Amino acid sequence: MKRGFDRMDTEGPEIEGIERIDNDIWQVPLGYKPGMRVPGRIYLSDKLFSNLEKEAVDQVANVATLPGIQKFSMAMPDAHVGYGFPIGGVAAFDAEEGVISPGGVGFDINCGVRLIRSNLEKSDVDGKVNDLLDSLFKAVPSGVGSKSRIRASESELEAIFINGSRWAVEQGYGVEADLTHCEGEGCIEGGDPAQVSAKARKRGRPQLGTLGSGNHFLELQYVDEIYDPVAAEAFNLKKGQLTFMIHCGSRGAGHQVCTDHLRNLTRAVEKYKIDLPDKQLACAPAQSEEAQAYFGAMASAANYAWTNRQIIMHHCREVFEQQMNMDADELGLDLVYDVAHNVAKLEEHDVNGGKKQVYVHRKGATRAFPAGHPDVPQAYRDVGQPVLIPGSMGTPSYVLCGKQSAMDVSFGSACHGAGRVMSRSGAKRTFRGEQIQKDLSGQGISVRAAHPSVIAEEAPGVYKSSSEVVDVVDRLGIAGKVAKLMPLGVVKG
Amino acid sequence: MKKYEYLEHTADARFKAFGATAEEAFANAAEAMFNVMIDTSGINPQITEYIELQAPDLENLLVDWLSELLYLFEVNMVVFSSFEVFAIEKQGDEYLLSAKAEGEPLDLEKHIFDTEVKAVTYNDLGVQITSQGVTVRITVDT
Repeated sequence: MKRGFDRMDTEGPEIEGIERIDNDIWQVPLGYKPGMRVPGRIYLSDKLFSNLEKEAVDQVANVATLPGIQKFSMAMPDAHVGYGFPIGGVAAFDAEEGVISPGGVGFDINCGVRLIRSNLEKSDVDGKVNDLLDSLFKAVPSGVGSKSRIRASESELEAIFINGSRWAVEQGYGVEADLTHCEGEGCIEGGDPAQVSAKARKRGRPQLGTLGSGNHFLELQYVDEIYDPVAAEAFNLKKGQLTFMIHCGSRGAGHQVCTDHLRNLTRAVEKYKIDLPDKQLACAPAQSEEAQAYFGAMASAANYAWTNRQIIMHHCREVFEQQMNMDADELGLDLVYDVAHNVAKLEEHDVNGGKKQVYVHRKGATRAFPAGHPDVPQAYRDVGQPVLIPGSMGTPSYVLCGKQSAMDVSFGSACHGAGRVMSRSGAKRTFRGEQIQKDLSGQGISVRAAHPSVIAEEAPGVYKSSSEVVDVVDRLGIAGKVAKLMPLGVVKG
Repeated sequence: MKKYEYLEHTADARFKAFGATAEEAFANAAEAMFNVMIDTSGINPQITEYIELQAPDLENLLVDWLSELLYLFEVNMVVFSSFEVFAIEKQGDEYLLSAKAEGEPLDLEKHIFDTEVKAVTYNDLGVQITSQGVTVRITVDT
């Protein structure tokens, strides 16, 4: 370590060769691994550093070896070891000279979060939370092997792959305002159904409107604290208000798209003579046929994911109308925002004093554009893009707004969640689902899941503290805290 | 001889599978992967799927094999518990695999899943062949 910073409450093993260059900023220097083209930057507090695995640092360094990478290979405060890229990884590649890598997006393409506000207060659902959860659990199929009531036809799937959320709204699953309050209006341009295999289509057809499993959830919440009253007003959030959050992705369609194109790109690596430290970093030159085929398929899967969250939201709105016996206007269940946290996008950024087109890969990282950016919805243009950070089960979630520093330090990106510290198998050895469910119930948080065992693997204790993670991005000026949301009830995927 | 063992990984599941031959190690890897999702000991095989694949090397073949099983699990809704790899052979520049997987129809009343395996990764992937036998190493995304 340079510059004599004290590592105060660190208990974890020292990671040789990485340097602390400022409060909350750690540098992985050139030469940490052979072939690095840029240094790595990891944004962490002391406390979070103590939980960082060496393998995650190695993964940051591995990404730094990829052709055309710009400025830094980065990891957000929720970083932990992934496969290929670390979870929490951000990397931008020159759109002409760089690469596109499916490993920088992950299997769950456009896994993301959407937040819905309401005209209700927490007290309006006193005594009704369990009924609401039961109805939501029925309305939104969740868990392994769950199937939707919707069966998309081949032509419908194609329209979804190209148009994303707009398709859903045109079919009556939502309103026009849902589109203007969503990252990219619920669509990445360039979705190319021809690049989506028959297998991916077959998996996608019966899964629209389903939550999936793992860390995916629906959550009833209330606004516990407002940090930034101006931004909160723009986002239409106020203290005591009932809110609702959806966390899920592109389901089997996305998993298959990644599987298919990774397979294709592992072969392209030889063709283009790219030297990789890890096969999962398979990639191809950004403008090559193989990379563009992946991009067209990835955009299709991302558009499927936005459609999926749009349909889930629609079904949840119906549940609220029935359970609360109120109409849509009275409930005011408006979409605050929807963000992707596993995606690659073509964006323009300032690099070394000039404007540059880059493919920004965010693998477990959220876009966080500041006030004034043309891609921020008009309604939020003066305060910055809403950044949604879900907590782990039973812990607070946060709403932040993108800040100018994000453009300088992280290609307009922030963290995406709390970040795991314990493996799923470790969690199951350490926790029992029934006990966790009981403990959470004692704190006034109800949980619904297909089986208690899936509760153990997502127990609050297996994650870093979402508050600690959010404080780092707030201190770095990447995104500013706007509101804290506390859970009332969770439907776990 | 032990069929497989699980290794620590924060976010995902990582395991090694063993066999006297590549065929045996591949079959054991499939069993290890399905046991990440569900205890396969209670499954009574009734449905058989035959699988043929080809890939440029053994590592790619291993990923393709496990990926194919995940695909069949999801679209045909069959929970597999028993695997037999008939042959892994090199023909020209490609490796060919022929195998069968047996399982029972997915029944959410009966089958209690722990974790869904989303996909098979190339991270830390390995097929090691020694005079003692074959060891494969796999990380799956959960």
